Amino acid sequence: MNNAEPVCAIERKNWFQACRVEDVVHNGGVCVKYGEQQIALFHFTRRKEWFAIQNECPHKMQMALSRGMIGTQQDEPKVACPFHKKTFSLVTGQCLSGDECAIETYPVKVENGHVYIFI
Amino acid sequence: MKIIIIGNGMVGYKFCEKLVERSPAAFDITVFGEELRPAYDRVHLSDYFIGKSGEDLHLNTEAWYAQNKITLHLGDPVTGINRPEKTITSFKGITLPYDVLVMATGSAAMVPPIHGVEKKGVFVYRTIEDLDLIRGYAKNAKKAAVLGGGLLGLEAAKAMLDLGIKKTHVIEFAPRLMPRQLDDIGAATLKNKLTALGLSIHTLKHTYQVLGEERVTGIQFADESELSVDMLVISTGIKARDELASQCGIETGARGGIVVNDQLQTSDPSVFAIGECAVHKDMIYGLVAPGYEMAEVLASHLCQAKAGGSRTGKKTFTGFDMSTKLKLVGTDVASFGDPFISTEKVRTILFEDKLNGIYKRLNISSDGKHLLGGILVGEASGYNMLLQQYKNKMLLPSNPEDLILMQRDDKKESSDSIASLPDDALICSCEGVTKDTICRSVSESGCETIDAIKKCTKAGTGCGGCVPMMKDLLVHTMKLNGKYIRNVLCEHFAYSRQELYDLIKIHGLKSFNEVLDRFGKGDGCELCKPPVSSILASLWNEMILKKGNDTAQDSNDRFLANIQKGGTYSVVPRIPGGEITPDKLIAIGGVAKKYNLYTKITGAQRIDLFGAHISDLPLIWEELIAAGFESGHAYGKALRTVKSCVGSTWCRFGLHDSVSYAIRIEERYRGLRAPHKLKSAVSGCIRECAEARSKDFGIIATEKGWNLFVCGNGGSKPQHAVLLASDIDSETCIKYIDRFLMFYITTADPLTRTAPWLNKMEGGIDYLRNVVVHDSLGMGVQWEKDMQLLVDSYSCEWKAAIENPEIRKRFNHFVNAPAQKDPAVQFDELRGQKKPASWNKITG
Ligand code: SRM
Ligand SMILES: Cc1cc2nc3c(=O)[nH]c(=O)nc-3n(C[C@H](O)[C@H](O)[C@H](O)COP(=O)(O)OP(=O)(O)OC[C@H]3O[C@@H](n4cnc5c(N)ncnc54)[C@H](O)[C@@H]3O)c2cc1C
Ligand code: SF4
Ligand code: FES
Repeated sequence: MNNAEPVCAIERKNWFQACRVEDVVHNGGVCVKYGEQQIALFHFTRRKEWFAIQNECPHKMQMALSRGMIGTQQDEPKVACPFHKKTFSLVTGQCLSGDECAIETYPVKVENGHVYIFI
Repeated sequence: MKIIIIGNGMVGYKFCEKLVERSPAAFDITVFGEELRPAYDRVHLSDYFIGKSGEDLHLNTEAWYAQNKITLHLGDPVTGINRPEKTITSFKGITLPYDVLVMATGSAAMVPPIHGVEKKGVFVYRTIEDLDLIRGYAKNAKKAAVLGGGLLGLEAAKAMLDLGIKKTHVIEFAPRLMPRQLDDIGAATLKNKLTALGLSIHTLKHTYQVLGEERVTGIQFADESELSVDMLVISTGIKARDELASQCGIETGARGGIVVNDQLQTSDPSVFAIGECAVHKDMIYGLVAPGYEMAEVLASHLCQAKAGGSRTGKKTFTGFDMSTKLKLVGTDVASFGDPFISTEKVRTILFEDKLNGIYKRLNISSDGKHLLGGILVGEASGYNMLLQQYKNKMLLPSNPEDLILMQRDDKKESSDSIASLPDDALICSCEGVTKDTICRSVSESGCETIDAIKKCTKAGTGCGGCVPMMKDLLVHTMKLNGKYIRNVLCEHFAYSRQELYDLIKIHGLKSFNEVLDRFGKGDGCELCKPPVSSILASLWNEMILKKGNDTAQDSNDRFLANIQKGGTYSVVPRIPGGEITPDKLIAIGGVAKKYNLYTKITGAQRIDLFGAHISDLPLIWEELIAAGFESGHAYGKALRTVKSCVGSTWCRFGLHDSVSYAIRIEERYRGLRAPHKLKSAVSGCIRECAEARSKDFGIIATEKGWNLFVCGNGGSKPQHAVLLASDIDSETCIKYIDRFLMFYITTADPLTRTAPWLNKMEGGIDYLRNVVVHDSLGMGVQWEKDMQLLVDSYSCEWKAAIENPEIRKRFNHFVNAPAQKDPAVQFDELRGQKKPASWNKITG
């Protein structure tokens, strides 16, 4: 992956250093603090994939998605909110339980044991 | 095309939904609603009194309107229509042009011209605001009356009971209750039922005036008799909101309502009316399903017009069936077709069971071929099927009386009759979904669950009354397609829970990943992870957060606590048998104070501490464990509590020491994981103060020993436990419980409590008794051994969690700021304790 973005601009998107690889549970998520924002970061170890999404579940605006259970539906990675089990695609952010609401997703990369989120 | 919709009620909303669904972004839609909140579910309005919040009732969020580019003006009624200019003006002064104007103004409660109705304490029952006013006033009321014994009046009366007003009167002008739906015997049966529940029913009463100075103190009838009441709810009918239409010269009906044709068009071709404000062929429909059908017809009409479509094949509104079923204070009442018809050409079949308060009437054609209408009071499980027979003019069986006599949970019967329904039978009238559409969603779109069918067809998403029939259709279609309906877990495991249990046991697997690699495919999901984790726990009783199984646990198990509104957690220490020392009470109090927790006595004899931040959980448990507590497993599908009554040590009736026995039972099975949660109780005598017969297994003392009852359930479908063995000694009782629980754990489907498990068991309690008491499967000794293994390997998982630094560090909100708590968590105050800020408030 290419890390050529300028480092200084405030409003620009950039790779944010979130935590170390071993800080994140296997096949589950943690919550990352980014300024006032909360991001759910998942290490889908079985698939060797990382995902980052907004931590807030749009259903009842609960800061909870990082504590949700992850899995797949027809090979599409998803997370189920702990509150009412609404599921969201980790790839597109679409709600897979038939609701209109969608969530934000962010690219993730791992370098030298550190996890970065593009935000 | 600019569309303005006046009214954001149920039908106005449904119309928006249908428009954007068909042609998103094709229309420029503006909605004016007089009420302050977005459209809500008026049909379930009364749920507001039994725990639902205003937001729970909302049909959709305000964000939904914004996402679909619908401009929504709430609290701003339209006050004028300028038809020549094609503009409207709102109360707040907005003037907007329209191409098409849709009136969905609904109706208002009709208030009859009775002297004194303006007094304080007189209410109508139509909006959430009405309910707020009623609730506020009811706090200081002891006696209430509802004027009107029709559908809505009886619902209002039930609401008064729910509000705790024990003395509630219902006053009806006609000689009987629900005069439009029920005949004399049906109404009398209903009256008996309602009287037994504490309602006083007065029929043939003509109300003359409301008494009282400023506030109501009573009502006086035309016969000069009086009734003293503190409040009065008027529910004598509805009046279409046609005032705006008539003010601008649109034709209205003689008895009110905006006149529409089959296209829902009013006398002005650019103005349409749908829902309860419309009068179609002299009919005003006071139900939601016909309104939804009108919304559908108009949406399809406008979308075709927009697409320049031809007039052929256009949907029209041709009237609607007014059959209804409602649940009144726990009594089923249904009426369909023509319930009263009784000419010579009609055969009437009546069934009356006075003791149980059941009345059924079927009107059939004199040749016995067709159902014309009917009434069901007290027992209406056959309603859906009868309604289908009526609507589809199906040929009746040769003994039509069987239709009302043979409905004794005969599943075969119901699936046979499902097969005979015609393809175009309307199963879900709220959303207008036919049998054919549902069956095709199963066979062609691959829907294999009710949720999938709901998503695919929308059936069952309205009032929900058709869901049982959808289930039958699902099973029926899958069988037709040759699909063996095995309750496989999900797309990742082609096994039922019972099969997996055996496989995992035989192969000695210990982690979710091993099980998935060996017997599943893909990566798992929220449907298979919890049951597999539960099987692993039931088999080996290892600490559930180890071996990578932590993230395979349901979220509550993963954090060993139940998540609450706002994202905090609850803490429930085990208090075996409900017995607790003063020192331990003080310890709980101390912890609650220190961590600022809300405390409450639970419904199962222990104490719940709510509102713990995730990072405080290990600290709280450390202190509780030091004070001698252990996990109460309130978060797990596991043994919860064994309730006790005080028993023979103190009680003058007590036969045995029920507290000691309850503690022994609770300590034996504590933490035992199962397909669903398990509850138990021990009572010291037949008076049953511990409510043992509502439990999965309940024990009641007799002169000679104990009676063991099994498979009871509280919750939404309560069921009494049934007697498994009587007069047994303490050791035998435990032996039977061991076997019973292991049998349940090995064979039940995920999330099936013991009661539905027994209901599905062929042979029922007799079979179960043979297996447990007479050991007919020869498994008794094995099961007792298996259970003993679980009992011996028990340890408190919270203790294990706080002692393990790896597990402990997972209890932080932020991975990159472990010391900080979630700033989104907010509390309000209530009676000197905290409570989570409401969902609504958090949304801002
Ligand atoms: C705290 C408590 C209410 C109270 O303040 O009294 C409670 C609270 C909850 N109950 Fe309950 N139930 C509580 C006693 C009951 C009882 C009464 C009893 O146990 O004697 C019942 C009916 C008896 C029964 O289960 O048969 C009961 C029937 C339910 C049900 C329906 C179960 C069913 O079979 O239909 C659920 C939903 C479920 O389990 O799927 C439920 C679920 C819940 C959950 C877990 C809902 C949730 O997911 O958040 C609640 C959260 C508890 C928490 O966070 O600690 N609760 N719940 C009671 C805790 C008892 C305890 O000490 O463990
Ligand atoms: C307690 C209760 C129980 C019920 N139970 C059932 C049931 O079990 N089954 C069933 O089928 N039906 C039931 N109904 C009836 C059902 O709720 C109605 O049929 C349905 O709500 C009609 O929808 P609507 O959109 O036509 O009218 P409404 O839902 O009344 O909506 C009309 C909206 O338009 C607004 N409005 C009016 N004039 C203006 C204006 N000039 N400008 C802007 N806004 C305006 C009103 O404030 C209102 O919000 C029940 C009703 C009640 C009150
Ligand atoms: S069941 Fe009631 S009467 Fe019997 S011992 Fe218990 S408390 Fe006493
Ligand atoms: S808050 Fe996430 S599903 Fe309800």
